[in-house]
Amino acid sequence: MRRSMSILTGLAAILAILPFTGFPASYEALLYLIFLWTTLAVSWNILSGFSGYFSFGHGAFFGIGMYTTGYLSTKMGLPFLATLPIAGLLSAAFAALIGAIAFRVHSVRGELFSLLTLAATFVIATIILNTSIDGGSGIYMSAVTVPSLAPTPSGTLYLLALLVTFATLLIALLVYHSRFGTGLFAIHDDEDAAEVMGVPTFRFKLAALVISSALAGVIGGVNALFVSYLTTVETFNVLTPLTVVLMAVLGGTRHWAGPAIGATAITLLLYSFTGGDSAVVGKIVMGVLLIAVILFMPNGLLGRLAVRRNRPRSADIAAVPERRAVVTQGSGEAAVLLRTSKLAKSFNGIHALRGVDVEVRRGEILGLLGPNGSGKSTFINVVSGHYLATAGTAVLRRDRISTLPAHRVARCGVSRTYQIPRPFSGLTVLENVALTAMFGVAQLGRAEAEAEAWKWLGFTGLAQHAAALPDALNLHQRKFLEFARALASGADLLMLDEVLSGLTPSEIDNAVEMIRRIRDQGTTIIFVEHVMRAVHALCDRVVVFNRGEVLASGAPGEVLSRPEVITAYLGRKDQTVDTAPASAPGEIEASLAA
Amino acid sequence: MDFPPIALLGQAVVNGIFAGAVYALLGLGLSLSWGLLRQINLSVFAIALSSGYLTYEMSSRGFDILLALLILPPLFFGLGVALQWGLERFKVASFNSLLITFGLTIIVEAVLQLIWTADVRRVESHYSDIKLRFADLFFPAPELIALALAVAVSLALWQVSRRTDIGKAMRAAAEDPAMAAAFGIDQNGLALILGGVDAAVAALGGIGIALVYTLAPSQIYGWLGVVFACVMLGGLARPLGPLIAGCAIGIVEALTMTVASPSWAPLVSFSLLLVVLLARPGRA
Repeated sequence: MRRSMSILTGLAAILAILPFTGFPASYEALLYLIFLWTTLAVSWNILSGFSGYFSFGHGAFFGIGMYTTGYLSTKMGLPFLATLPIAGLLSAAFAALIGAIAFRVHSVRGELFSLLTLAATFVIATIILNTSIDGGSGIYMSAVTVPSLAPTPSGTLYLLALLVTFATLLIALLVYHSRFGTGLFAIHDDEDAAEVMGVPTFRFKLAALVISSALAGVIGGVNALFVSYLTTVETFNVLTPLTVVLMAVLGGTRHWAGPAIGATAITLLLYSFTGGDSAVVGKIVMGVLLIAVILFMPNGLLGRLAVRRNRPRSADIAAVPERRAVVTQGSGEAAVLLRTSKLAKSFNGIHALRGVDVEVRRGEILGLLGPNGSGKSTFINVVSGHYLATAGTAVLRRDRISTLPAHRVARCGVSRTYQIPRPFSGLTVLENVALTAMFGVAQLGRAEAEAEAWKWLGFTGLAQHAAALPDALNLHQRKFLEFARALASGADLLMLDEVLSGLTPSEIDNAVEMIRRIRDQGTTIIFVEHVMRAVHALCDRVVVFNRGEVLASGAPGEVLSRPEVITAYLGRKDQTVDTAPASAPGEIEASLAA
Repeated sequence: MDFPPIALLGQAVVNGIFAGAVYALLGLGLSLSWGLLRQINLSVFAIALSSGYLTYEMSSRGFDILLALLILPPLFFGLGVALQWGLERFKVASFNSLLITFGLTIIVEAVLQLIWTADVRRVESHYSDIKLRFADLFFPAPELIALALAVAVSLALWQVSRRTDIGKAMRAAAEDPAMAAAFGIDQNGLALILGGVDAAVAALGGIGIALVYTLAPSQIYGWLGVVFACVMLGGLARPLGPLIAGCAIGIVEALTMTVASPSWAPLVSFSLLLVVLLARPGRA
């Protein structure tokens, strides 16, 4: 990162000297256009590339900046330079409004977000056109005095654009390497899992949108003076956001500098096809390029660079996590880690949980059993904060977690694994694990989080895969990655959702051994499982759910031989089975009897 | 504010319905391929405008524009199948289909401009002079033809999707592709047919545009926003959706133009779109 920063600063310094050397104005204009599009593409990428929320509203933020400067410097007589920060602020304020609404609606993702931002662009354009801001006649900027930062007016605009571009690239670089950036990448790969692992998704998306639009607004302000005549048709042209998307995709959206490369390439391309029919040919080339890039280079020119290569340091792998103070099981209130009372969840009238009281004691492994559809997964989803409880409470130590958003629950010390592993596919194994250390209980910085991650990679035996992408792991390794992620968060309560499903018998033995080691270093575990052999081997107590209610609880051997539990799993002899268990019935009958 | 007389408002409603017919023809292909194939096919706009220009070319060479109705849809059906084959061949995912078809649209726009220049063109035909009059309201023949096309196509597709095996297979494949494949549904084949149908309907839309409006290559982007609004408002993959939503938006726009001013009209459709996206996104 240091190296990128010095290269960037050096480049900007050299470019800043040009206007004072009698550089030809036509090249100055070309460089200006490159700066303009670089700023737009790189700023767009901070939200859309990093988090995957493709905005088609970048033209609106840019346009608001242009019209703010246009209006304030002509009709209000403000000095040009004073209007630039206002342009950025107004753009940011509008973005905050859109984001605050759109990001609250959970299903506005993907194409819908793109459409929403596109529609917002047209709404803004119509309002500006029909009010005194534009009034239908456009705004002439010719009377505005250009401040003299350079020998010529065009040199001044060049310098201003360079400054904004430099700032934009710097911000993108810092975000890319920060905790914030890692959070955005996690949102890109799997937003729900990111939230459950402690990433404040709403706040991050909003912040990224605001930063991104503020930068577009400022460069819009500069550009108002460059184009010197503003019309809504030109300013809010649908081609602006689409060109920005094309540039970013061409360069590679997973890398902070990708969009800058794409913007430079496309601007040069369009510049070499100007005037008459050759502008039309330029358009054709752009279309062909867009199609070719998406078909043959979906990750862009810098796509490969975006995967960070982290080499394991031997000191890190050797470090064994220190044993935390294990609170021995006992009686009394202090021994209870999690208590749910009358916890209920229904989906459109379907009652998945009908008021369950569950008590989890410190240091124990509590088995959570029941036929499929009995509410086990819903229980995990409600306790982790992914679903909001319809009624009842869940209290962790003294914190009432049932009213908190998922990322706050994670911070309180609750983590979970997924039955089908959900690693962040664009992050390396190391980054996957470091993410939960950054956003879990301790809220570590990036460097400390990676050190913590190395420990848990060593613990789960994944250290040699640290630099790999999760796709390269087999199912067994991915399940261990789930363990490592959950552990690195520093959680006191770990909820394991059918971690053994799909594993071979010898892999199950490994996993059981791993779970025992996890408990031994001080973590309390809720263990949802159908593999009865493992339940018998691991659990101190079990709770059996049926149809969203607690059917039985107690020691495993005793509970699993109760007739009502066997009936819940297998159905009555004289009645058809309405809830089929996952494993073969014979196997369960045998293990229940064990 | 002076309130316009009732006849003017009535005419606005009629004009709105006519606009809605064209929106529907443009939106149908988009809605079907989005809902059933999870592909956002912007090329319908390129196809529609190409078909509009071909209609213009035919009429300027003295052919009856109704002849275009016989020739253009089959022609574009073939092109649509070819395009769909390309998308399937490269396994283009949802968002990328948007970018790729956008790339195609840019190319088509540029080609149209090279052939017919950027000037505004208007189809002159003897139909333009025919106007039916009912009470105080006017019903021009070109608009009536476009409306008849939109209603016929929407109803036909609706019946196909409800009653025929091919319609049921498509809906099943959209619901759960893996399961549908397991039951022997040939999704690639269905997708090719759907791609062709989308293009043929868009070609009809283009004839509608040529009949009712003026033509210019850059118009492609002018239609984009409002047609998306119709598609979202009507619900994806519902054959009657674009027609109903299109007429609703058309009427509201036309009333806005009459009561306020034409330049306010976009505000209505896009505000509607925003409300739809935020209020009932589950449907999309």
